[in-house]
Amino acid sequence: MALKRMLENWSRLRQRDYYKDAPYLWGLTIDLNKCIGCGACVAACYAENNVPVVGKEHCGRGHSMHWMRIERYWDEPDGKADIDQQDASDYPERGAHYIPMMCQQCNHAPCEPVCPVAATYHSPDGLNTQVYNRCIGSRYCGNNCPYKVRYFNFFNFWKDLPHPLEMQLNPDLTVRDKGIMEKCTFCVQRIRDAKDQANDEGHPEHVEDGSMQTACQQSCPTDAIVFGNLRDPKSQVSRLWEQHHVVLNRHEQDKSDDIRGYRVLEELNVEPCVMYLDRVRDVEV
Amino acid sequence: MEHQDTMKDVAWAKINADVLRSLEKPRRIFWIVLAVCALLVLSGVVAEIYQYREGMGVALMNRPHYWQLYISNFVFWIGMSHSGTLLSAILLLTKADWRKPIYRFAEAMTLFSILTAAIYPIIHLGRVWNLYWILPYPDARTIWPNFRSPLLWDAAAITAYATSSALFLYIGMIPDLAICRDNAKGWRKKLYTALSMGWMGRAREWMAFRKTYILMACFLVPLAVSVHSIVASDFAMSIMPDWHITSFPLYFVAGALYSGCAAIITLFVMLRHIFKFEAYMTTEILDKTAKLTFAIAMAWNYLNLSEYASIWYSNDMYEKEVLLAKFFGPYAVIVWTMLLCATVAPFAMVFKKVRHSMWSMFILSLVLQLGMWLERFQIVSPPLASNHEPWTWAVVWPGAVQLIITLASFGWFTMLFLIFCKIFPSVSMYEVKEMVFHRRKASSRARLEDLSAIKEEVARAEEGLQ
Repeated sequence: MALKRMLENWSRLRQRDYYKDAPYLWGLTIDLNKCIGCGACVAACYAENNVPVVGKEHCGRGHSMHWMRIERYWDEPDGKADIDQQDASDYPERGAHYIPMMCQQCNHAPCEPVCPVAATYHSPDGLNTQVYNRCIGSRYCGNNCPYKVRYFNFFNFWKDLPHPLEMQLNPDLTVRDKGIMEKCTFCVQRIRDAKDQANDEGHPEHVEDGSMQTACQQSCPTDAIVFGNLRDPKSQVSRLWEQHHVVLNRHEQDKSDDIRGYRVLEELNVEPCVMYLDRVRDVEV
Repeated sequence: MEHQDTMKDVAWAKINADVLRSLEKPRRIFWIVLAVCALLVLSGVVAEIYQYREGMGVALMNRPHYWQLYISNFVFWIGMSHSGTLLSAILLLTKADWRKPIYRFAEAMTLFSILTAAIYPIIHLGRVWNLYWILPYPDARTIWPNFRSPLLWDAAAITAYATSSALFLYIGMIPDLAICRDNAKGWRKKLYTALSMGWMGRAREWMAFRKTYILMACFLVPLAVSVHSIVASDFAMSIMPDWHITSFPLYFVAGALYSGCAAIITLFVMLRHIFKFEAYMTTEILDKTAKLTFAIAMAWNYLNLSEYASIWYSNDMYEKEVLLAKFFGPYAVIVWTMLLCATVAPFAMVFKKVRHSMWSMFILSLVLQLGMWLERFQIVSPPLASNHEPWTWAVVWPGAVQLIITLASFGWFTMLFLIFCKIFPSVSMYEVKEMVFHRRKASSRARLEDLSAIKEEVARAEEGLQ
């Protein structure tokens, strides 16, 4: 039995697109034109996923746990408008650039093959799944993640939760102990819920587009985040991918004008499931 | 001095007496060093208990520095363990007989450094208590470990290497244990009687022994190379810039032999001094070990520089970033010190005077080891500090817990080694006797050749006279 299962698992690893007939492949689109860097998605993620709030001191030491983070970069001064307003400070008036960054649910995830106990594996839904109970904390996955979006529980952070606050923990998922790696799951508990609901409504293989939202998507004031099923050609996220000519299994996308789609660090060939839409700036005004 | 260096005038009984004397009641300095080592180990245990209770965060690792000193120490100690195999097995197969007086302690070093190295992956784990999940044991839920992970290969390689190097050390020691048995009293008599397995020195026993020993050596050489290649694949199999390097397995093996040879020189000088082994551990042997170290140092340097060159000419954006950060970034001090210690310093061994002086070789070997230790640190940390994702770039230096555990590992290694030296003969008696025998034979043959040369000369002179 064990041997049979093992051989089955191994033969699966050798096949590209083994899950191509699965009904779901969850994907995300983030429009950087719309993102204003407000951080509502980050807060929502903390609340939804029981992410520990570690405090200023731990944050300074690099122990923060935000599954979703807003990365801020400053553009090089570009064009007349920038140069007119350029000042000497580190934080110029113009040119701040925000990228919400979370687990990209890579189809060729570098974190998966290196885990010695297979605590992280690929689900048929295209999710890069982390099994907390199986994790032994070797932290190899965290090193091998090019986006550095895996977060390690350096301490028992949940023990620091002051009294009434444990009441606001989300009962749909666990709190994590020390010594465990965790990361964005695309709100897998909500996906689970939506699938159950679809099952109850009599269409088990089809979750209606828009019937579930991730926490970050739900809280985004500018609707910059779109979540959905990439296998469903009619879903909003598939249409956006198609519109911007972003295709899976290609590590360099169409870069012609009017097309803003790209995936972060595509050239590493890790096949992320998150598409970003590049920000367009008018540098002359 | 000349006689001592060729060792041909040492009496058989004197060899036994000299080596057995090293097992006798230790001097005071031995107890002092042992106490210091025990204290270091104790402080390490305290630090580990603290880390175990609080979480890995107290070691001051963070994101992106998920790996730090524990892993670089692991690589360092595994590397150290390659010296014994090199001296014992490779030099045995290549019939370099100068290895004979020094291979025993080098083998012991192999075993103890691998025992030290094996502690690190355990300390390093976030949930130590689930360590056994790495092993492919039959499980009711048919869950297997991930055979694709280099960490799993590590576990297999280390257990195989530790077992076989312990066996190799033990098998090579059996004839000597029999000598010890014949001279010991009390609990030592019991111990040696059990361990020598009734060795009587019959011809049949020697033949079986030789065969086993050579076969073990043949088995151990490829195993040792594969072990460090597997350790290298922890890095080479990742996609991190400056870790994902094809030449890493070769580079790691060369580095392992390099630091191992340096460690042999350190222990060589120490044992010679402490146990008064001047008659066996001669300057000639030191000279040859130094030459070997120099050759390996050059091989390592070649691989190191070719790694820099291939990164530079590949013009890969990420790798180049890390390379530049190594030389001019926050870890530049480490990298330049490493280059000074491991690339420039070995050139001192070009001079015969340096190779023949105990003190200069002792200091030089420590410098080389410092260089190789820093090399392991600069393999692990700088690529993490400047990874693919600029937002997470951070410089982190190891915290007190990590440093204490590092010191403790040196204490642990020295403690095991000292105890070994007092219980087992650290110089192989039977092999030294063999060596002396061959030297004597060679010198008597030389004397005969001299004689015939003189005869010829006389004959020629007589011809001239006529």
